[in-house]
Amino acid sequence: MNFDFSDDQKQLRDQARKFLAEKCPPKAVRVVLDGKAPYDKELWKGLAEMGFLGVAIPEEFGGAGAGHLELCVIAEEMGRANAPVPFSSTVYLAAEALLIAGNDAQKKKWLPAIASGEAIGTLALFEGKGNPSPKHVKLTAANGVLNGVKKPVADGAIADFAVVAARTGSSGRDNDISLFLVDLKAGGAQVKSLTNLDPTRGQAEIIFKDAKAEPLGAPGEGWSILTQVLDRAAVLCAFEQVGGADRALEMGRDYALDRIAFGRQIGSFQAVKHMLADMYVSATLARSNSYYGAWALSTNAAELPEAAAAARISATQAFQHCAKNNIQVHGGMGFTWEFDCHMYYRRANAMALGLGSLTYWEDQLIDRMRKKNAA
Amino acid sequence: MNFDDTPQEAQFRATARAWIAANAPKQYEEELRKSSLGRTVLKNANILEVAKAWQKKKADAGWACLHWPKEYGGRGASPIERVIWQQEEGPFGQLSRMFIIGHGMCGPTMMAFAREEHKRTYLPPLASGEKVWCQLFSEPAGGSDVAGLRTRAEKDGDDWIINGQKIWTSGAHYSDYGILLTRTDPTVPKHKGLTMFFLDMKSPGVEVRPIKQASGASDFNEVYFTNVRIPDHQRLGEVGDGWNVSLTTLMNERSAIGAAVSTGFPELFEYCSSLMLDDGPAIEDRAVRSKLANWAVKASGLKYTSMRAISALSRGERPGPENSIGKLVAGSMIQDVATYALDLQGASGVVSGEDGELAGRFQAMLLRAPGTRVEGGTDEIMRNIIAERVLGLPGDIRVDKDVPFNKIPTKGRG
Repeated sequence: MNFDFSDDQKQLRDQARKFLAEKCPPKAVRVVLDGKAPYDKELWKGLAEMGFLGVAIPEEFGGAGAGHLELCVIAEEMGRANAPVPFSSTVYLAAEALLIAGNDAQKKKWLPAIASGEAIGTLALFEGKGNPSPKHVKLTAANGVLNGVKKPVADGAIADFAVVAARTGSSGRDNDISLFLVDLKAGGAQVKSLTNLDPTRGQAEIIFKDAKAEPLGAPGEGWSILTQVLDRAAVLCAFEQVGGADRALEMGRDYALDRIAFGRQIGSFQAVKHMLADMYVSATLARSNSYYGAWALSTNAAELPEAAAAARISATQAFQHCAKNNIQVHGGMGFTWEFDCHMYYRRANAMALGLGSLTYWEDQLIDRMRKKNAA
Repeated sequence: MNFDDTPQEAQFRATARAWIAANAPKQYEEELRKSSLGRTVLKNANILEVAKAWQKKKADAGWACLHWPKEYGGRGASPIERVIWQQEEGPFGQLSRMFIIGHGMCGPTMMAFAREEHKRTYLPPLASGEKVWCQLFSEPAGGSDVAGLRTRAEKDGDDWIINGQKIWTSGAHYSDYGILLTRTDPTVPKHKGLTMFFLDMKSPGVEVRPIKQASGASDFNEVYFTNVRIPDHQRLGEVGDGWNVSLTTLMNERSAIGAAVSTGFPELFEYCSSLMLDDGPAIEDRAVRSKLANWAVKASGLKYTSMRAISALSRGERPGPENSIGKLVAGSMIQDVATYALDLQGASGVVSGEDGELAGRFQAMLLRAPGTRVEGGTDEIMRNIIAERVLGLPGDIRVDKDVPFNKIPTKGRG
């Protein structure tokens, strides 16, 4: 048994860490945080040159054709660095949807553009409040055009194209939903940036007015494809969350070692030590659940739905836990704009919602465990 | 990344599986499978006798204490083979509980510090379960602070004379031997004046009294020593080096107990899957599902954390520090799980034992659970260990570190 990443994959992780430490220090994240740029274009270009954007895209579509375990280790480092780029929208959501459901022409058009950094993609699913559900999809598709409003759409303001969930039936069943590909620069899509918890990753409202769209996957298969895309993205996001949780834990640990109060290192007080020990526990549970998710994702195992939900819940909890207690360990300084703690707090809480909230995934996990037990 | 055995591992697994299938006491399998924390497992048999018989049978065929050298009663197996054996032994592994202390703590300490002739004499019957061992460390005045113990050992010719009291000694009432940590010099700081021995529990002057636990059961004992003689050749390590010797034992204690502790989650999930609440099946209730999901990811997180450690073993590496979280997570979790199972039963949750729901399974779990958060290192000690050894945070400031033991205050107030 080898329930671990291979030496090559670990080497790739080290390489990504080194690259991001150099190209994506907190100072670079702050340029986007402070609203001076919508995302870090230089970094995005660099990620493409390193082959990270297309690591799981097959060679015939311009990628490196490595695989999803490789993508997992890169995701971890993206989370650790809090990278201000549309990586998750483009790589976990748009590219995965194309890989699962795209026809040859669609793959040929968009996947090489993703791998080279020329195209940013996203998924337009939500329409206001609520978790992923076919009944919340009101946007309509008819005669090759879409009409309706999507919000929030992650990285919607900078995206070149979107995978859009649309209503194509009214039976009340999952097969009322179909997916479409929309070139957002081709007219018909009006985009507005929204302020959000984590300014290092934008959110937008997109109004579709007779926007030209082509079907992605078979009509009526939209919800089934989306479910798979969300599961796959849940595992990949979990690695970002694990990377972020680890970084927040390290920041807290380092501060506890450096800061003196009452004549001693604050890390020598049990109240602080125990808080950090509990953060380590959450981060470790999340990492282990995510490894299982990675195994299921990379082997396309029947266990993927359950493993993805478990990784999603565990990693969401760990990142939120580590990010909030990192601020607590830092005390007052942790609550300043100047210290980096809040960037992880913002990212942790934004990521907790992006693919649907904890409540949704808890519900999914229990459904999937029941299904497995019944089988 | 895979869960597959190597060809050698697969072969070992097949051999172990075949032997277990042919030899295990299958008449108890169902009861052992249904056992959970705090519940006596066999109705119509003495579990000690069944356990001893199974252990002897394993030892005769070379399946006891797999990782020990053959000359001491083991198999000389690799760490990964030991794990594979545990996986294959499954519910019959429950029968090893009474030997955990001896095999997991006393044996390794003897192996590291006893004379060769003692190892050859005492270790094989320890491995085979013919002789049971206990560990005599904790005292009324020294629990988490083990080095604060007060049991005295004084030199008398070639012997040592022991006087004092131990507490929380698992299995002392059926043990044949024990390892004993004593104070040999009270005039030096506490960690420096300790010495370790092993002794025959039938020695004159040893008195074992069971402790009635908060749960009502008695798994632990007080052990009193009145002028008990131990020959010097039964000393383990140097005089005054008992603290270092005990660290060997305690590190083994934490890994041994951590590996065996359960979370209660499979029991709760099974229960909720069939339970009907006023407005429908429990498993369809939103609040129930949310609770279950949160515990599910803790249970799976622990499972896959141990898989990561096993993978390290399989590669011939030492597992990382991740495994230190097991007991800390599982201990408080099983307490919460039991509390919640009773909550779901409403007022009738108060009824325990055979009259209770599922023959009082969760009630027994609830009453036993506080002990799991204390034994083998309290939750707080486990957090200290993680903080200091894994995260590298400073140790506690110890005000008694450099004070002669006999000058340390013994009372908190007046």
